[in-house]
Amino acid sequence: MFGALADATRRDIVRRAIDGEEGIVELAGHYPMSFAAVQKHVAILERAGLVTKQRVRRRKIVRTNVEGLRMARRLLDRFEQMWRGRIGRMTDLIATGSAAEATKEIDR
Amino acid sequence: MTVTAVRKDPEALTLTLDAEFDASPERVWQLWADPRQLERWWGPPSYPATFTVLDLRSGGRAEYYMTGPDGDTPPGYWDIIDAEPPRRLVMKDGFSNADGSPNEEMPGPGEMNVFIEPVGNGRTRMTIESIFPDAAAMEQLLAMGQEEGLTEAVGQIDAILAENAVTSGPR
Repeated sequence: MFGALADATRRDIVRRAIDGEEGIVELAGHYPMSFAAVQKHVAILERAGLVTKQRVRRRKIVRTNVEGLRMARRLLDRFEQMWRGRIGRMTDLIATGSAAEATKEIDR
Repeated sequence: MTVTAVRKDPEALTLTLDAEFDASPERVWQLWADPRQLERWWGPPSYPATFTVLDLRSGGRAEYYMTGPDGDTPPGYWDIIDAEPPRRLVMKDGFSNADGSPNEEMPGPGEMNVFIEPVGNGRTRMTIESIFPDAAAMEQLLAMGQEEGLTEAVGQIDAILAENAVTSGPR
């Protein structure tokens, strides 16, 4: 349920909610899933800080937190750098190990 | 060129990264399963990690702390959900208190999935999938490894630019 398809649905909700004109009922009309399922996706997005629910007149509308989305993107960029550092060190370790093996072979 | 693909989904707070190594899956698994080797790559040189517990079995656990330049030692843990050496590692990755219990004040835990598979010619692909519980958690995780962003990254910029010039396009 919350696999890749769920990610695609959440991505779509975030896209639609940029205009911030729809409530959960209207949003739910766009997807072949239950109101409860859409509500759950919105709750996950809300917890992640990517959308907010706002009361406009007598309705609650879902609005994308564009700044939150931008921050998430920036943070993922930095996290990517962190992993690139880790993978660089893993590569070095493998190379060091192979070099040691090769030396052992020569010594033999 | 070790990192072969990167996919970022801000809406799903997910980072997926593929890397290829000139080694067998068993050798790559060792980098995770041998604490002394793990310590040499998990944290950057300026923020090295020390693993006090490392049991990579389903239901197992890892405990570690990092040592910062100011002597701060933020601790962390992994809860191993599923392990299938040398191919698959599924875990929760969180912050802990000094006694190893989950730190409720910190965000998280996040999910980290590692997939290791041979791709021929003696090479192995490792896919890392990191799913963050919320943006605040990502910030905290970054704070723990931020030295990397400041110092190590400088040395890596050339390499990254060179890589980006070659690997382009979505996965």
